[in-house]
Formats: sequence, C-alpha cells, structure tokens
Amino acid sequence: MDEPTLTTTPADGPPANGGATSSSGSTSTSGSAAPHRTATVPHGEPILEVDELQMYFPVKSSGIIRRTVGHVQAVDGVSFQVPAGGALGLVGESGCGKSTTGRLITRLLTPTAGAIRFEGQDIARLSPRELKPVRREIQMIFQDPYTSLNPRHTVGSIVGAPLEIHKVVPRNKVLPRVQELLEIVGLNPEHYNRYPNEFSGGQRQRIGIARALTLQPKLLVADEPVSALDVSIQAQVINLLQDLQREFDISFLFIAHDLAVVRHFCPEVAVMYLGKLVEIADRDTLYNHPHHPYTQALLSAVPDVKQAAIGGRRDRIRLEGDVPSPINPPSGCRFRTRCPLAQEICAKVEPPLLQIGPHHKVACHFAGEVGQHPTTPISASVLGVDEQGNQKPEAASTSELGSQPGFSDTWVDVHGHRGGSGATRSS
Amino acid sequence: MTSHDTTASPATSAPVPRPSSSDALLSVRELAVHFPTSDGVVKAVDGLSFDVHRGKTLGIVGESGSGKSVSSAAILGLHNPARTRISGEIYLNGVDLLTLSSEQMRKRRGREVAMIFQDPLSAMHPYYTVGNQIIEAYRVHNDVSKKAARERAIEMLDRVGIPQPDRRIDDYPHQFSGGMRQRAMIAMGLINDPSMLIADEPTTALDVTVQAQILDLLQDLQREFNSAVIIITHDLGVVAEMADDVLVMYAGRAVEYGPCKEILTHPEMPYTWGLLSSVPDVKGDTSARLVPIPGNPPSLLNPPPGCTFHPRCVHKDKVPGDLCWTVEPRLEPGQRGPGHTKRCHLTNPDDIYATEVLPEVAPGLVEES
Repeated sequence: MDEPTLTTTPADGPPANGGATSSSGSTSTSGSAAPHRTATVPHGEPILEVDELQMYFPVKSSGIIRRTVGHVQAVDGVSFQVPAGGALGLVGESGCGKSTTGRLITRLLTPTAGAIRFEGQDIARLSPRELKPVRREIQMIFQDPYTSLNPRHTVGSIVGAPLEIHKVVPRNKVLPRVQELLEIVGLNPEHYNRYPNEFSGGQRQRIGIARALTLQPKLLVADEPVSALDVSIQAQVINLLQDLQREFDISFLFIAHDLAVVRHFCPEVAVMYLGKLVEIADRDTLYNHPHHPYTQALLSAVPDVKQAAIGGRRDRIRLEGDVPSPINPPSGCRFRTRCPLAQEICAKVEPPLLQIGPHHKVACHFAGEVGQHPTTPISASVLGVDEQGNQKPEAASTSELGSQPGFSDTWVDVHGHRGGSGATRSS
Repeated sequence: MTSHDTTASPATSAPVPRPSSSDALLSVRELAVHFPTSDGVVKAVDGLSFDVHRGKTLGIVGESGSGKSVSSAAILGLHNPARTRISGEIYLNGVDLLTLSSEQMRKRRGREVAMIFQDPLSAMHPYYTVGNQIIEAYRVHNDVSKKAARERAIEMLDRVGIPQPDRRIDDYPHQFSGGMRQRAMIAMGLINDPSMLIADEPTTALDVTVQAQILDLLQDLQREFNSAVIIITHDLGVVAEMADDVLVMYAGRAVEYGPCKEILTHPEMPYTWGLLSSVPDVKGDTSARLVPIPGNPPSLLNPPPGCTFHPRCVHKDKVPGDLCWTVEPRLEPGQRGPGHTKRCHLTNPDDIYATEVLPEVAPGLVEES
C-alpha cells in the first residue's frame, strides 16, 4: 500500500535522465583521454544555469555597535548547469555550501553576487513580487520531514496552500487536486484531514514531496531528501522521486552527502568543498575516474558492504584534520591544508575549474587519477604562472578560465604528457 | 555452497559452535525490555541473546525503533526501573548486571562498561568545559587529585587525536567541531579503561571523511586496550568494515545473528536481504531500480502475530500454510551450520538468496565463495 503507484515506465526503461534525448556531437571521445562512456548524459538546453554564484554572510562583532568583522564565504564562485529533465547531484561534507546553493536557487536567500538563470531569465536579483511566478516553477523538498511541515495544519491545507496562494484552481477544486497529489506520492487520499504527527517519517517526506509537486514545477531542489529516513524507507522515496521525474519531466538539483544515493539518482555530479566546486563530471567519470584528490578521498571513505567478504578495513586515502573555517579560508586552493598532494603553487594560486574531458571539470593543479597525479602543475601554462605559482611577467592571467557554467567542446588534455599531443584538444 | 567456516560440520555433536557464554566478556540471555504505557505494554526488546568477547566487535544493525539503543541502555542500566520491566540476564565479567543495586551498578558504569552516544553535542553538557566533564568521569571512579585527573584527561585527548590538548581541554563543547566532539566523547568513554565499550551510532552525525577517522580511531583503541565493542548502526557498510559478529534486529527481536562475513555474504533472513537491496551501491548498476522493503516497521504496542516481519516480507508465499501469520519462528541455525542463526520459516533461504535476491542486491557479491 505504501508502494509508489505511479509507475508508468517499466523498471528496465531508460536511466534516470528520462527526458533527455538529444545528444550533441561532443560526446565523441578520442585520443588519449580515459575511456568515457557518456552517452547517457542529457545534453538538452539547460533549464538552470548558475554563473559565478557567491554568497557571503556577514559576521558581526558583539557589542552595541555591531560592525561587520568578516564574512562567511559559504558559496564562492560556483557555476554549473542543470539540463532540462536531467538531474545534477551536489555532494560535499557539511558546511561546504551545498545547502546554501540550493537555498539561493530557490531564492530563499539572495546571493551577494553572480547570476541564476532559470530558463534564460536571471532570477538572482528579482524582487519578491517579480519572484512569484518563478516560485511556481522552482520548488524545494526539505531534509527534515519533522520540522518542515507545520504541525498545526492538516495535510490538506499544507498541500493545498500553494494552489490557493497562486490561485491555480478555483476554491472548490482544491480538495480534489490535493487528493490527486496525495495519491501520486503514494498516500491514502482520504487522509487529507490528518495532521503531520499522525504520519511516519517516510510518509511525511511524501507529504513534503506532494507539496513541492502542487504547482507542477519544472525544477525541484531536493536538499537531502532521504537522509533523515531509515534505509528501507529511503529506497521507497528515491524510487518515488525517480518515477515523478520520468512522469512529469522534472529537473532535479539533488543535494546530498550520501555518495551512493547521488550516484544512483544523478547522471551528472558536482563535488563541493568549502564553498567551491572542486570537480564536476558525469557519474561514470566522477565515480570511476575522479581526478581531484578530495573526490578521491571522499569516495574511498565510504564504507562498503562488500568489504565483509574480505574482512578488515578498506585501504583509504586518509584526510587529516577538519574542514577549515569558511570565514578565513586558506589562500590559493582551499583544500590544500588537508591535501596529500599540496605544493607551493597550491598556496599561491587558486586552481581554476578546468575542463579536462568532454564532461569533466576539475579544480586542481595536480589533477589526475589515483596514483597518477602529474608532478608538474597542469594549470601553470594556462594560468601563466611558473611551477611554483609565481606570476610570469609576460603572460597575462586569463581569469575567465573555466568559469562558464556549461561544458565546451574543447578541453585541456591533461593526459597529453602520456599521449603527447598539444595542450588543448578539440573534439 | 560449502562454507569455509570451521563450524559447518553437519553432525552437530556439540562442536561448540560459538564459544560458550562462560568465556564471553558480555553475555546477554533472553533480555526483554518492556515499557508499560497507558496504551498497553511496548515490547521494545524481547528474547534477545548475544555474546561479546574481549577484543571483538559486535555490530547491531536495525532501523529506528528496532530496539538497538534500548537494549544497550539496558546493559548500562540506564532505564528508569519505575517505568521499565526488564527480565533476562546480562552477564558482564560473570556478574549479572540485572541483579545489582543501583549503587553497585553506578560503580561499574563508566569503569567496566562505557558508552559513546550518537550525538556528542547533546550528550555533552554545554555549560561545562570538555575537560571538566572528562575529569569528572575520571574522578568518579578514581580517588585522585584534580591536577592528576587533568593530566590524565589531557593525555586521553591527545590519544584520541585532538590537537593542542592542553589548550583545548578548557574549551566548551560548542567550540569543538563535530568530529572533535566525537573524539572527546571517546576520550571520556575510555578514560577509565573499560573492558566493554558500547558505541551507539558513533558516526551517524559525521561526514564520511571524519567517519573514517573515527572508525580508525575506535579500531586502534580497541586493539590497544583489548576491549570488547558493540557498535550500533544502521549502516551495513560500517558493520562490514568494523564488526566480527553481526546481530540484525527487527521489531525488538534478533532476526539474524552470526559472524559478519557469513551474515553479509550469505544472509538467510528476508529482512536482511531487504536492508542489503534497499541501499544503492557505489559501484552498482545505476539503471537498476532500488528494491525497497514495502510498508513501515510495525508498532511495538501491537506487533503482528506470527513472524513480526511477515506484513513486509515478499517471500512469505514460499512458506507452506499460514505459518508466517500464526507461528513466530525461533532463532535457530539454518542451512549454513550452527554459527549462523536466523528467525525465519523459509527452509531453503540460500537458494532463494542466490537465485532471486543476489542478482538484485549486487552482482559483485556473487563472485565470492
């Protein structure tokens, strides 16, 4: 009874990125690049484009005159795209800014800089009045199903409120629509008169999903939608979200810290660390050929059930210490204080988010697969600095490198020293 | 199909399948924890038995409300006796903890058996410095001066990997990061060198890289102090990497119990199958759908008759008659020898697992054995 009832696509249908059919030519892999099988990555027009998004929260001094003494650099220059009908996963540890990014996109927060282009329209600076139509298109699913539902409202009024606020249907049609939505998310439509406390955690999350679906949004920002649920319930909710995505062609920004869940749900995954994107790629590349040391450490830290057959602990890349404070992040590369590869250049020059494959961008001077990191910085020539990170006098820094949200048809070939072709390869 | 387990001899002429309870450090027998409420009796834990040996780790797995934490609180004697009915036996070092007075229990708590809680922010008092809380834990059991206790606390904080322990000891819990708070909790738990350590979801609130650090630390300390550890978690991956034995709980009962490798590679209980198949794999096929366990965990006020898992079990049709609906199965050895017990009526779980469940769970597991 609690099973999702909405399955129209058979389980063996196309993978999660149901809506995307078009595939442009740049998936052709060539040369010495690692084998990429990226045919499943949707290549449609991006529904959402985030460009150099920045959110600095002021830190005030204590006392009577509360001056701003610093900023929490929660999100700093993040750029990515969410393809229409696709799903982008955003992973990272707590405090890395992934939830803030979600809240900026839903405009629960106003960014301090940068653009959020939703269907071509920049919504970063819209006033609340101008935002109202946008809110119909972008909805959010929250992490905690216990605190994100008003305990004093019935399920019917929670799910029906958006309909009344946006006057989508006449008043007497609200209830039938609410019941329809409850049925879609696998709840008993007769339960519209109950209160949230009468439902279990998984059912409450379904209520939250029904509320997000009410206005038939085009983009859903799901902020840790399953992390508060028990494992057996997690799978139910993930399956429901996948069904909804196929059925209604909804795009997802899926924010989570659970790497396995993100991999299962999202054809494209971005990794954040301390307010910056460190790596973004299609899921096969990211999970099988991660090039950033942080992504590699993150993946190796996930405990694996299959280890039971071998016994003992898995070999992992050990990271020492904790994430530094975002108020005063390290100079240069923000990961360098915990990075096993860090060298002089890492403290001096911030690594740009370089595209190194058809669907792969990474922000590391020494990007490479585990055990095959290059000894000389790959970004030095592009940035116009020498190997210690000192600015070369003749080369002007090309600051725009890698800041574009999408992927381009040309990329820096980091495997060039193996294959021996030029620094830039076009497909 | 042959197990390389030494206990798999079919003629069970008492080959001592698991070491008898006498040499186990902690031995729990038929533990039941019931809470009488105005709505009826909540049977949070029923008929629970397990052993933990020195230097070994037992992983207890289950969903919220399955009785994992309630049973560990019973071992520590943390339940309010006026509101709880506890029966059974809990032997620690040969002494039945349930027969002790609260004064006697207090002497053992922290000294012989200590606990690491899930959420170090709420388990530590926000009003006292981390150091004072650790010092207090030490001085309760040891008649030493404040100065000596402080030195010992600094030593412990250093041992668990807190940088500049002589300075950080005077910080308040909120000044620590999540991982450091958990380290401080571990320091507090281990300062009296307990022989038994219970870690209740020690890493659930932590990020994966920090989780790996804490698990490393727990393992190092266990080796150093040769203590017995119970690790309570819902993460099968953590269990796979940490535990020697696994106890799977559902609705207050043990439903499967045995060596970790055995349970996770050849599970025989449909609930364990469900747990394995509902978690996506970091390496698995991404186009495959997850196979959730249908429905919700039962109410412990009014558990279903027969097997408590039958309302959610997809394999109950394979049991003849209405056995699953009427008779509660006993926790007994299945096809794979006496070391591996399960609470299920299925007579050929290995075949069902190999043919129906394993292809769904993870094809990677097939290669082993």
